[in-house]
Amino acid sequence: MSITHEGLAQEFEYVTSPGERKHISENIDGTAPIMQEMAYELIVGNNVDVDRLTSEALAEGFTANQVLDDGLLNGMAIVGVKFRDNLIFVPEVLVAARAMKAGMAHIEPILSASGAEPAGTVIMGTVKGDLHDIGKNLCIMMLRGAGFTVHDIGVDSSPEDFIDAVEEHEAEVIGMSALLTTTMPNMGRTIATFEDMGLRDEVRIMVGGAPVTQDFADEMGADAYGENAVDAVDKASELVQLLAELKSS
Amino acid sequence: MADKNGTPGILDRLAAGETLFFDGATGTYLQNHGLEPGGSPELMNADNPDVIRQMAAHYFDAGSDIVLTNSFGGNRFMLERYGAGDRLFELNKLAAEHARAAAPEGKYVAGSIGPTGEFIEPLGTATEDELYETFSEMSRAFDAGGADAVMIETQLALDEASIAVRAAKETTDLVVMSTMVFDKGPRGYFTMMGVTPEQAVEGLQEAGSDIVGTNCGNGIERMVEIAARMRAVTDKYLVVQSNAGLPVIKNGETLYLESPEFMAKHYKELAELPINILGGCCGTTADHIRELVKSVRG
Repeated sequence: MSITHEGLAQEFEYVTSPGERKHISENIDGTAPIMQEMAYELIVGNNVDVDRLTSEALAEGFTANQVLDDGLLNGMAIVGVKFRDNLIFVPEVLVAARAMKAGMAHIEPILSASGAEPAGTVIMGTVKGDLHDIGKNLCIMMLRGAGFTVHDIGVDSSPEDFIDAVEEHEAEVIGMSALLTTTMPNMGRTIATFEDMGLRDEVRIMVGGAPVTQDFADEMGADAYGENAVDAVDKASELVQLLAELKSS
Repeated sequence: MADKNGTPGILDRLAAGETLFFDGATGTYLQNHGLEPGGSPELMNADNPDVIRQMAAHYFDAGSDIVLTNSFGGNRFMLERYGAGDRLFELNKLAAEHARAAAPEGKYVAGSIGPTGEFIEPLGTATEDELYETFSEMSRAFDAGGADAVMIETQLALDEASIAVRAAKETTDLVVMSTMVFDKGPRGYFTMMGVTPEQAVEGLQEAGSDIVGTNCGNGIERMVEIAARMRAVTDKYLVVQSNAGLPVIKNGETLYLESPEFMAKHYKELAELPINILGGCCGTTADHIRELVKSVRG
């Protein structure tokens, strides 16, 4: 194993599951020192250094994809593990996401000019009657970090708001959030509206939020339940793949 | 402190070794009495005062010593989402007046302050001064409406909760209580912002809270675990308000399944720790409070 950056090597020690250790170390193995430094500065939430390192790397001739994959996403992978395992919490994830954003600002224009395909297009919103958006915003940052194009339709979103956004952006996935137990049933109503309009097969639907459970997601007919912001990214990736397979078969 | 008529206050009763009882759920009650999903509970203080007074009376009848005001989202940030930011003082004062009007002699009213939903800068955009100001104004309104205490509840971040405690303490002479909500994760209990039960006790007491504790987020068995950790680090007064379990959805309806009898059994364990003030949160009803009082007071 050759994680040469001392700080990053220490951060990697927080990854304890053998499968994840293998996967993440393979991704970091052999990456340039500047990329490892970038990943480390992202994990500790140092947006000024991520901003500087990203622009230096591009000036040195690294491609936008290298910066994304070898630097930013490797850092975000460790942030995701630490968050899931209660080693860090919402404040640390927010500052890491801000550092990610600082890096993305340099590479996004290059990636979109080169016509690179996003990981998928996701519509994210808090359901009708619910004004809470901390969890949703966290998911959006993590999804964008993982290369998804995300359209945020905000809080208090009606079924029609979700449908309009799906049609406008040709999204593959919608993610619905609710914090209140009273508004949670509006997730089911939104899914029902997609069915009534004959649009249910066009998209995959994932749900999340503090009171939401896998059982509830199943009962209302959602395609996936994201337990937290890291899980939301995994579920979105699975759903995009599933939809592609469905549409090609 | 005894009031001017010589009636003992909350802290006097606790000092005498009594266990006091809070009320049950507010949101669940209001939804059953005309609150639309996503509607503003605080606006009901002005638009539907009878329901708010009845709710308080309903819990006092069940045996609650202290009833919370209907003002959980009465801070400026939340009220502005309903276009009612300029009615902060009015709505919070009404909330206290309604509960006071229903309170028999010797019973207490606690002004409820929930989280703003904002992050303080640099993490978010809200400033400490803005939060201090909104919490001070709420506290003044509770005082003007006849409250005995301020309850800063369901808090996630120590910085915001501490600002609220300080604001209530510095603005009024009311008893100040504060609670945080914990999730059980792979490494145990933390708030969403990473605060442990021990850190909550220490931080909230340091800010000046007379009574600290936990509410919401868990059923009664987990509340016993959290409360035991809190009791292990302090000899001062503690309060616990438990959900009737975590919500489940059946046929589009939100249900909390822990029965009054089931909860009462575990409330007794809490009383023995001792937890000084016991009450309910989401999903608890007057029946839960009645059973709680019966099992602890005997």
